[in-house]
Amino acid sequence: MSNTHFVNKNHFDPNAEEPLTQEQERYYLATQWQLMWWKLKRHRLAMVSGAVLAFMYFSVVIAELLAPYALASRNTDFIYAPPQKIHFFHEGELIGPFVYGLNFKLNMKTLRREYTENTTNIQPVRFFCSGDKYTFWNLLDANFHFFCPSKSGTLFLLGTDRLGRDVLSRIIYGTRISLTIGLIGIIFSFIIGITIGGLAGYYGGWIDNLTQRMIEIIRSFPELPLWMALSASLPVTWSPILVYFGITLILGMLDWTGLARAVRSKLLSLREEDFAQAAQLMGAKPRRVIARHLLPSFTSHLIASATLSIPSMILGETALSFLGLGLRPPITSWGVLLTEAQNINAVELYPWIMTPVIPVVVVVLAFNFFGDGLRDAADPYH
Amino acid sequence: MLSYLIHRILIMIPTLFAISIITFVIIQLPPGDYLSTYIAELQSQGENVDIAKIEALRAQYGLDKSMVEQYCFWVLGLLQGDLGFSFEYQLPVSEVVGDRLLLTLVLNFTTIIFIWLVSFPIGIYSATNQYSWGDYGLTFVGFIGLATPNFLLALILLYFANVWFGTSIGGLMDPIYIDQPWSTAKFLSILEHLWVPVVVIGTSGTASMIRRLRANMLDELQKQYVVTAKAKGLHPLKALIKYPLRTSLNPFIADIGNMLPQIISGSAIVSMVLSLPTTGPMLISALQSQDMYLAGSFLIFLALLTVVGMFLSDLALAWLDPRIRLGGGASK
Repeated sequence: MSNTHFVNKNHFDPNAEEPLTQEQERYYLATQWQLMWWKLKRHRLAMVSGAVLAFMYFSVVIAELLAPYALASRNTDFIYAPPQKIHFFHEGELIGPFVYGLNFKLNMKTLRREYTENTTNIQPVRFFCSGDKYTFWNLLDANFHFFCPSKSGTLFLLGTDRLGRDVLSRIIYGTRISLTIGLIGIIFSFIIGITIGGLAGYYGGWIDNLTQRMIEIIRSFPELPLWMALSASLPVTWSPILVYFGITLILGMLDWTGLARAVRSKLLSLREEDFAQAAQLMGAKPRRVIARHLLPSFTSHLIASATLSIPSMILGETALSFLGLGLRPPITSWGVLLTEAQNINAVELYPWIMTPVIPVVVVVLAFNFFGDGLRDAADPYH
Repeated sequence: MLSYLIHRILIMIPTLFAISIITFVIIQLPPGDYLSTYIAELQSQGENVDIAKIEALRAQYGLDKSMVEQYCFWVLGLLQGDLGFSFEYQLPVSEVVGDRLLLTLVLNFTTIIFIWLVSFPIGIYSATNQYSWGDYGLTFVGFIGLATPNFLLALILLYFANVWFGTSIGGLMDPIYIDQPWSTAKFLSILEHLWVPVVVIGTSGTASMIRRLRANMLDELQKQYVVTAKAKGLHPLKALIKYPLRTSLNPFIADIGNMLPQIISGSAIVSMVLSLPTTGPMLISALQSQDMYLAGSFLIFLALLTVVGMFLSDLALAWLDPRIRLGGGASK
């Protein structure tokens, strides 16, 4: 009689553990942050956005090296010069990256400055070269650039503004202010949001009620007019750096409400959990219970939502500076650069001064995608 | 419904009160007052300042009284419809403001209608054709709309209108109608100009609304009752409209309330770029010259617009969704 089904001859031991594969073991032993990282890695759009952001923030550190010109260097012969195109071939011959020199003519009829490419004047781009002098981080005098115009030549990849300053270099310098303002602002709003939301969620009762009403009132104000009013009240006598911190404070002061709400609702449900009660019964103080036991269980979520609210701060700063109520020159941010584009004539004649729009849109999109990815990765049920 | 209505109105009163205090504090924040700015200006021009006259002005406007007194004076005036006095224009605020409040209202209202009209069909299309090319394309456009700040969009539109049509699209009516009494022709002219700011302000709102509606519809469409309805041979269109659509309508109304502050913020800055005769441009100049009652009136008006708008959207929601008026919301 043939036996068709398989019977394991070994002795059956109910206590034997099923051996884990290495893969499974790694997964089970991984910390929460490792799990998040693995999940995030699979989110391709978020990873690309993260890389873009990392590059942008890195350029904050090395703005002086990256920009072909110094922040304030003026080329009085090239006012409102159009962007110069990079060429590789001259009359069929490979030269490497170069630009043609610009010929300037004032059109006496329209009184416009007209620039034309002079195809006999070849100006190769230099790499790892010495160019405009600058003081790196206000500490170190240097003149090294990653790329600069040829000697006695020009390199305006995005044109120049009304004082003949290179727009690209100014955008690179502007990154410094525009990107950090969002970060510092979010730190302010994070601190306020966690403290107030934490108190409301942990204590409940009238404290909760009061903060809820407060948040409702703040949220019912249209943001921008309030920002405008507050930043108009910053004294004119303040130094630019004080104004910078004032603006970040204002942006952060009005942004914490969403975060506080999230913290509150999470705490309200978490404080009923056994581990929170156990901590309380063992005599832990509220501060410790909140900070040590409750907050870590949703920090990842908080970070994700903070990432999503950075772009609104960057946009807020841009809008305020654009209106002339935010940062003022000599501080250079993308919004400050865009104030030049307020004038419809300028926009029509010199459209390249609108190019600071591009980094704004790119950064806001990148933050949105990256934040979405982070949020998905931080969600254990996703 | 009535008890919900009363409850909701009762909540609104302290909110408005708090808003009036915040507004007053904010317009008082800058150091000095309008008169000190005015004196500094006169002195810089080398003119003599008549101290007695300044003191008389100060007393006339109540600037010498304490903050609390000034606040009470201001709020009592507001309640009686007296918006105060604009120092800069030397006119009562209500005369300086003129049509601006009405036009702001029209602009914001039209924007909301625009958001509804556009996002409704697109949201449904995106949800019913998930992961199609149309869905991806619309999502992408939506993201761009979300990421581009309003005022930049306005600038770009200005630029292209200039390049393509050679016209200026600024303003809210043809120049001949400015300061003219209302007439049909003026009304039509406004309608003609209104679309640009409405599109610009509405873009980001539309984008987020589409995303929200799409997500809601997708949730609903996967539920069993929809599957059952389809399995039983109900016409696909009816299986869509009868229930899933109705449940996804709720956030549609609720969201307008949340979006209002954003829309109003957007309209304030866009109207500055497009130089519309609404509250935005005048608010900025009032803030800069410390014309406190004028700035205060605008701030209060914008906040009032938001609060009342949220109130209306809450009412509409309560009317749509019995769960809200019979418990939930009222017992909070």
